[in-house]
Amino acid sequence: MVVSQGFMAPGDKSWVREWLFTIDHKRIGMLYLWSILAFFVVGVFLGLLIRLELFSPGRDLIGPQVYNAVFTLHGVIMIFLVVIPSIPAAFGNLFLPLQLGAEDVAFPRLNMFSFWLYVIGGAIALTSLFTGGGAPDTGWTFYVPFSAVTTTNVSVAVLGVFVLGFSSILTGLNFIVTIHRLRAPGLKWRRLTLFAWALYATAWIQVLATPILSITVVLIAIERLLGMGIFDPARGGDPILYQHLFWIYSHPAVYIMILPAMGVISDIIPVFCRKPIFGYKTIVGSSLAIAFAGSLVWAHHMFVSGMSDTAVMVFSLLTFVVAVPSAIKVFNWVSTLYKGSIRPEPPLIYGLGFIFLFAMGGITGLVLGSAGTDMHVHDTYFVVGHFHYVIFGGTGFGMFAAIHYWFPKMYGRMYNKKQANIAAGLLLVGINGLYFPMYLLGLAGMPRRYYDYLPQFTELHRLSTYGSWFTFAGLALMIYNLIRSRYHGAPVGRNPWQAATLEWTLPSPPPSHNFDVEPVVTHGPYAFSEVRDDD
Amino acid sequence: MTDHRDYQGAKMGMWLFLFTEILLFGGLFVLYSVTLGRFPAEFHQASQLLDVTMGTTNTVILITSSLFAALAVTALQKGNAKLAQIFIALTIAFACGFLVIKYFEWTHKFHVGIYPGSPDIADWAPGKQAFFSLYFAMTGLHGIHVVIGMAVLSWVSWLIRVGKCTPEYFVALENAGLYWHLVDLIWIYLFPLYYLIT
Ligand code: HEM
Ligand SMILES: [Cu+2]
Repeated sequence: MVVSQGFMAPGDKSWVREWLFTIDHKRIGMLYLWSILAFFVVGVFLGLLIRLELFSPGRDLIGPQVYNAVFTLHGVIMIFLVVIPSIPAAFGNLFLPLQLGAEDVAFPRLNMFSFWLYVIGGAIALTSLFTGGGAPDTGWTFYVPFSAVTTTNVSVAVLGVFVLGFSSILTGLNFIVTIHRLRAPGLKWRRLTLFAWALYATAWIQVLATPILSITVVLIAIERLLGMGIFDPARGGDPILYQHLFWIYSHPAVYIMILPAMGVISDIIPVFCRKPIFGYKTIVGSSLAIAFAGSLVWAHHMFVSGMSDTAVMVFSLLTFVVAVPSAIKVFNWVSTLYKGSIRPEPPLIYGLGFIFLFAMGGITGLVLGSAGTDMHVHDTYFVVGHFHYVIFGGTGFGMFAAIHYWFPKMYGRMYNKKQANIAAGLLLVGINGLYFPMYLLGLAGMPRRYYDYLPQFTELHRLSTYGSWFTFAGLALMIYNLIRSRYHGAPVGRNPWQAATLEWTLPSPPPSHNFDVEPVVTHGPYAFSEVRDDD
Repeated sequence: MTDHRDYQGAKMGMWLFLFTEILLFGGLFVLYSVTLGRFPAEFHQASQLLDVTMGTTNTVILITSSLFAALAVTALQKGNAKLAQIFIALTIAFACGFLVIKYFEWTHKFHVGIYPGSPDIADWAPGKQAFFSLYFAMTGLHGIHVVIGMAVLSWVSWLIRVGKCTPEYFVALENAGLYWHLVDLIWIYLFPLYYLIT
């Protein structure tokens, strides 16, 4: 069987114009996907380096200054270049218009522009490593006063973050208009896929929260360059205000990271247990509720910063409230699985991994959300464990699930399912080995962002470093399998999973113009009885 | 495929974008109000050092330019592309006037030693220093927006000349006009906050 080339077929223009200046949403999605994966690999190596340094107490590989630069860089790359754009920019661009039955996003040129901003922002961020006073050493949060006085290259790094934020805003704006304006006839709001709903809620957060981050990082830059004094108490400024502004963005940003992954999981689970999703409307509602309530809880990062007790209590309470919609989603997924006719294909395996790891991260989030317990574990490894469970176990697994779900659609070929499952297993063992000891370390009092530690922490640190090797093995196997299958995998037809959403009615890979005739939608996204088995 | 025209979509996109601009300034307005709450007296004193006449003149200039922008849109909608271009030119000219006045205001301040990080003000009361930090940050950011607005308006004028923005499809001019109104509106808030507080 000859695999068709679809939108990936070479055209008559030069490669640069065909790809780098493309306005086809699918190609832009592919560009994002591969750039994000490339940055991810860099970030992973930095993470492994951190773990190697922590293998035993004292100096193993790198000194304290380099260590600070390495974890800052690891954080900046992972947050701003990998997880924030990950699913929306890559898979949203690839599949949102297809799921809507549209030709493209609402503003195709703007879409190309946001990709370029992503590239430029990434390049600026990387420039900050090699120029000026050396790589930033503030941590990805750029907290003042340190970030205002350190001689390392913070100004350039925050400029990169500013540009990346702009890219994220434009993607969100584009998606909102696309979802409002470009749905195929018959595609009522209640027939939208849950992935599209999740992107919709995410897009609003991108549009509403990111500008605050932009202005905050601009303020850091002018504080440094012009000696502005906006956060300097000696000149009437207030460093706590920086933290407020920073988290007003960055807390909602964690929902930019997790909501799209939840959308992917909500789309995958019904397909692999052949049942409509349980509680479609509650899932939609909880996405919107997360987007809304998530903007009200930022100060739970600041319980020990010296806010008033009232503020601490209020933000603690609100944090518990925002946990409810996330829990609702987990119940919905589990109820969908209940008595379904489950097909344990790789996308579902990654989906189940997501549910487990996300729950582990979510529950420990409550420990951090209650002011009393947070006092004890604030800025310890407990926090590091928590957010890795959520963003690596959550967003990361959501991303892997998405890759395994849509891979046959993108390339018209199937990967080796056995290898995919082994990789998932290695990752699950690895991630738990890597991050579970961090919970224990944190409870025992090991502070985060330290390059050295007391001898009694050695065993747990070792365990964590072993875990990082399993994680690495899992990632390596997964990526190897995907790259090999892109060229040698068995060809597949339109709809290998017998899914019911619109993208599966197109050839794999889809043609550049998407739909020959505008589709008319007559049923919801999970009506599997309507699926024609054409493979 | 790319020249599909979605008037409503384009407007919606623009409104969302304006919203992000408001939020961008919103962060600064939050800083302003918190700092004002901490140093009301110093803010009042510091505000005396600003030149109300220049500020008022600039407010009038900017409002007038906004009027021209609106007239440009109407002219194009009524089919008179030439007139629209004249009004755009007037808008840009007034924007230049605004920047010139701003230039004189700022250079004067620098001259008497008031600028971010200046040694002269280092032993002023913190509240007064904070006032000027915020003043330069916010009016500076606003100034950058004025320049961007001028660039956008010139670009739309060019679009009209080459026939890409026409009486039948004028959303580019309309959106540029909206942007200009936003720039004007932000100034209308900045002016009393900095020049007139008591
Ligand atoms: C093999 C994979 C990974 C390893 C071994 C790893 C390891 C680490 C370690 C040891 C730290 C330092 C904590 C500290 O000293 O406080 C850290 C910080 C961090 N990691 Fe990872 N990580 C990995 C993957 C990821 C992923 C996938 C993400 C995001 C998607 C991520 C995001 C972060 C962030 C945001 C920080 C915080 C940096 C800071 O404290 O400023 N990491 N990681
Ligand atoms: Cu938070």
